[in-house]
Amino acid sequence: MDKILEVKDLHVNFATYNGTVQAIRGVNFDLSAGETLAIVGESGSGKSITVRSILQLLAKNADINKGTILYHGEDLLKKSKKEMDAIRGNKISMIFQDPMTSLDPTMTIGKQVAEPLLIHNKVSKKEALGRAEEVLRLVGIPNPKERMNDYPHQFSGGQRQRIVIAIAIVDYPEILIADEPTTALDVTVQAQIIDLLKELQQKIGTSIIFITHDLGVVAGIADRVAVMYAGKFVEYGSVDEIFYDPQHPYTWGLLDSMPTLDTSEEDHLNSIPGTPPNLLNPPKGDAFAPRNEYAMQIDLEEQPPFFKVSKTHYAATWLLHPDAPKVTPPKGIQKRFTKFKKLGDNI
Amino acid sequence: MAEDKQAIVQVKHLKQYFNIGKPNEVKAVDDVSFDIYKGETFGLVGESGSGKSTTGRSIIRLYDPTAGQILFNGQDISKIKSHGPQMKKFRREMQMIFQDPYASLNPRMKVKDIIAEGLDVHGLTSSNEERDKRVRELLDMVHLNPEHMTRYPYEFSGGQRQRIGIARALAVDPQFIIADEPISALDVSIQAQVVNLMQDIQKEQGLTYMFIAHDLSMVKYISDRIAVMYHGKIVELADADEIYDHPLHPYTKSLLSAIPVPDPEVEKTRQRIDFDYKSSFHEGQKLQEVLPGHFLYCDDKKAATFK
Repeated sequence: MDKILEVKDLHVNFATYNGTVQAIRGVNFDLSAGETLAIVGESGSGKSITVRSILQLLAKNADINKGTILYHGEDLLKKSKKEMDAIRGNKISMIFQDPMTSLDPTMTIGKQVAEPLLIHNKVSKKEALGRAEEVLRLVGIPNPKERMNDYPHQFSGGQRQRIVIAIAIVDYPEILIADEPTTALDVTVQAQIIDLLKELQQKIGTSIIFITHDLGVVAGIADRVAVMYAGKFVEYGSVDEIFYDPQHPYTWGLLDSMPTLDTSEEDHLNSIPGTPPNLLNPPKGDAFAPRNEYAMQIDLEEQPPFFKVSKTHYAATWLLHPDAPKVTPPKGIQKRFTKFKKLGDNI
Repeated sequence: MAEDKQAIVQVKHLKQYFNIGKPNEVKAVDDVSFDIYKGETFGLVGESGSGKSTTGRSIIRLYDPTAGQILFNGQDISKIKSHGPQMKKFRREMQMIFQDPYASLNPRMKVKDIIAEGLDVHGLTSSNEERDKRVRELLDMVHLNPEHMTRYPYEFSGGQRQRIGIARALAVDPQFIIADEPISALDVSIQAQVVNLMQDIQKEQGLTYMFIAHDLSMVKYISDRIAVMYHGKIVELADADEIYDHPLHPYTKSLLSAIPVPDPEVEKTRQRIDFDYKSSFHEGQKLQEVLPGHFLYCDDKKAATFK
């Protein structure tokens, strides 16, 4: 498959009053044409920073101090501001989390959707507005022609998020970055937006990087999944590999702390104890070790490298080292393993 | 749940309107009736704007109900005066845990003063030593380090703050706690910690909870019974398993079909059910018991089909 985006050894620091926060500590991944990559992690794990680095939408105190971000082989980090402006919102665009604050309240939605076209393609205003109407119809805004002249406050939350999506896709971007696009929405609306993204992906063939903390949403939309913790990827693989054959104890913890609809009240929820580390002083060893019941001595001393599980599946945990003792994962995870075996038999 | 169900809260025809008589009148809660039994966890789910939080806030009398009755241990508390000995007594017995652990703790107060505020208001401790001792007990109960009682809220993480909010609610020994989306602002790995804590405390203290949420899988996990709200009305109410296994109302079905499940196989085969407001609601409908313990918002003709 064509790799359109390759992020290599990305490091991002933030200068704060208290010192330097090492928010991203060496992230590597690539994105193929037409696929959906989900990045999962809790708040502060660095998932938003990772994707914002791609578009260079970071706060002023941020410093991308190491790494390359190759888009069709060219390093985005070496581009001038002007060159980036030509890519942003055009080739690579972003859907933001909060539909309430990411639209301009004083501008009609027709103009807002047409704006990227006017900036990037230099088409006529009439053409741009025509295209805006078309895209609004595509994202499911009823009567787009009449509603083009309405303002954001005249739309519901779900409709506003559709408008935000319309702005992001109006230029048919190659890469669509969706940063928690459904977190602020009700479940029924969330389901509609996800269906819409999938449908759009088929229609315009865009690749999607989808950021979320909701594993349920990931299972529904992703081809591949990366799990992020304390500024690093700890595991990545195909959606089936992450959900049915997870290897990293943090992934186990995440999957196991969510009740499924058949979790009964008698099984206490498996919670991950403690809280994530402070990245002002990242721990020497595996950042997850202090919360990890399977941690070994080496986890506290040395960061684990990625171990290969399959051609597409890697996990950074010492448990995969040939000399590591065999451990018994939580019950819920064992059930998932059984399912993985069944899947394997069917292939 | 015990067989001899004893209602701790009885809500009868509760209406909570805003901007009454004005063009922008809102019927946030529109004729809602239900009972909450002693010792159970009663889940209230619905989308934003359905009236679930308003229902909770009316029960705890943060609002003055427009109409209807709220019986707490048999006593009507819907009309007691906002300031007075009756209200003060009632406030001790019913407490609330709020959604946003960042906004619901006063940033200028020390944790011990936040937790002890209720103790002070009700004069429950007679000396500073006794007050500190009680605060230590409460912090210990929510698994926070009692040594941290002199810290300020900003020094704690979201999950820890929510524990402080729980400790504050528990300080006055309430019988009934309304938890309004207590975990939705927290990360997945922290949500389970808080839910487990709430359940342990419930068992220890014999508390009754009303758990308001939109995260349906968590609601099912924690609740004994669940009510589904839509547009200010309860459209269905039943045991947690029953409502998930045999939903009757089209809105409940639609809601259940939209829950994302962390299992790719399930997601691949998921069929979303759309819900049509017009065909589901009309005159002459009310919430009625159509199967034992299973209430549905429907008309008499529909109800008769279950007989």
